[in-house]
Amino acid sequence: MMFAAAALAILATMVLAMIRAIKGPTVYDRILAVNMFGTKTILLISVLGFLTNRPEFMDIALVYSLINFIGTIAIMKFFKFSHLGEPHTEDNLGDL
Amino acid sequence: MIADIFSWIFILGGCVFLVIGGVGVLRMPDLFTRMHAASITDTLGAGLLILGMMIQGGFTLVTVKLFLIMLFAFFAGPTATHALAQAALSMGIKPLLSQDRRPDAVQSDDKGDGL
Repeated sequence: MMFAAAALAILATMVLAMIRAIKGPTVYDRILAVNMFGTKTILLISVLGFLTNRPEFMDIALVYSLINFIGTIAIMKFFKFSHLGEPHTEDNLGDL
Repeated sequence: MIADIFSWIFILGGCVFLVIGGVGVLRMPDLFTRMHAASITDTLGAGLLILGMMIQGGFTLVTVKLFLIMLFAFFAGPTATHALAQAALSMGIKPLLSQDRRPDAVQSDDKGDGL
């Protein structure tokens, strides 16, 4: 009961974040909304693990939190420099 | 029984903060205020929810994993938000201000009363 209420609140928040991701005026609004959506996905996976009595869902949530952070940084770097690889400027340390 | 009541309180508080942050992300006027609203769900919402789930988990490995998720979220969330704000500022997105309140700034009009 408790976890079903939590899952409903998380789903409502995910819908709101998805609306902002679709209609956000700049690309940074979309990145913000997608990052928030990923955080809510981690919470939803954990709550579902409790709801269905499967504790191994926690491992998936842990891995997903790592992937979410790396993905956000990678998307931001891609939109800032238009590539993910070699240094853009003269000095090798100036890119991040 | 006591543990159930406490985890109800924590989980319901977390749900309230999640929905507040979601509405804020949808309704705030510009990017930086939206980031402010999203950070509520990342810290208070996720923190209270995971705390409630940790109480339900008891002294097991599940609690350790939830603690690790919370620890990582507490370090990764502000880092991602800082990088996003820096990228947006360097791309020329200005924060929405009603009035420049620095003492030596030129006050153009009195429409916003500095709130």
